[in-house]
Amino acid sequence: MLLSNALNLAATMAGLSASSGDEFEPPTIGEFFPQAILFPNTIFEMNRIMMIRILIMVLLLVIFSLWTSKFRKAYKNQQFVPSRFQLMGEISLNFVRKSIAHEQLGEKDGDRFLPLLATTFFIVLGMNITGIIPSLNISGTSVIGLPIVLAAAAYFTFIYAGIKKHGGHFFKLALIPDGVPKVFLPLVFLIELLSTFILRPVTLALRLTMNMVAGHLLLVLCFSATQFFFFSPLAEGFTKAFGAGTFLFGFVFTLFEILVAFLQAYVFTLLATVYIQLALADEH
Amino acid sequence: MAVQETALAIAHLGALGYGLAAIGPGIGVGLVVSKTIESIARQPELASKLQVTMWLGIAFTEALALIGLATPFIFA
Repeated sequence: MLLSNALNLAATMAGLSASSGDEFEPPTIGEFFPQAILFPNTIFEMNRIMMIRILIMVLLLVIFSLWTSKFRKAYKNQQFVPSRFQLMGEISLNFVRKSIAHEQLGEKDGDRFLPLLATTFFIVLGMNITGIIPSLNISGTSVIGLPIVLAAAAYFTFIYAGIKKHGGHFFKLALIPDGVPKVFLPLVFLIELLSTFILRPVTLALRLTMNMVAGHLLLVLCFSATQFFFFSPLAEGFTKAFGAGTFLFGFVFTLFEILVAFLQAYVFTLLATVYIQLALADEH
Repeated sequence: MAVQETALAIAHLGALGYGLAAIGPGIGVGLVVSKTIESIARQPELASKLQVTMWLGIAFTEALALIGLATPFIFA
């Protein structure tokens, strides 16, 4: 009885209706276009995913303003033993600063671009992690709008960084590499144009979105299969064993999704950093 | 009826297409990781640097599989 309650809860949490039909309904892409809650049919239409995004943004703002005030106070009083909350902030901000920004860009340029990189990292992480938080259950990055904005920020930043460093010469450096035979230059030019200025931002946005879409669909598939195997009118003893298997799979995939959330935040920030670094480099 | 069947056939083709699209990136990610493991075994002190490069390589390779995942939605 307890187990069936827990399963029902898991199934409703995965965004399913608790009613069990005769036929198994696999998740569709409609998962990512939930019903509008506020202002339907206007450009300010609010659905579940937008609500989650706003919630996470507010949370991030609150946490970061608390962290900054803590840092300020500690600096003012010359208090060098941090509290637990402050230590958490120092560790997570230092992760972006030391192992992403400084590692790839060096200290000077790393600190220059740190605000953008840290913002990107924490927004992506926060929005990704909602995919596995019970009762939120969909990540804010699983609809392509937000990843496009973040990718556009990275795109314009690396072009800005390149132009600031090399002037108009940046495009020549990026598009016409040294040491290419003249015959191949048009081909190389086209390939570089496509890969640097079109595919980079597109893959940045697509990689994040599709990872989250695939993860969410897998989780819904696992938990809706569990629901079906346990509560469909056709359910018998051995189908329930299947159900236990799919539930276990769903649990393991939930753990995997935590890893993916962190990894995608890391990869997104790392790629943005590497693009900036390539734009700043003297030769390509 | 015929339209429905065609739609179903196309949906199945999408699944087949994604299977094909996943072969290349699968082999690619395997190569990236295996070479990284080899390199780390040879020079353990470079492990952290190699891992960063490995994640980059995986990200680039994996993008192909994810583009394959996105294509059916684009051409639906």
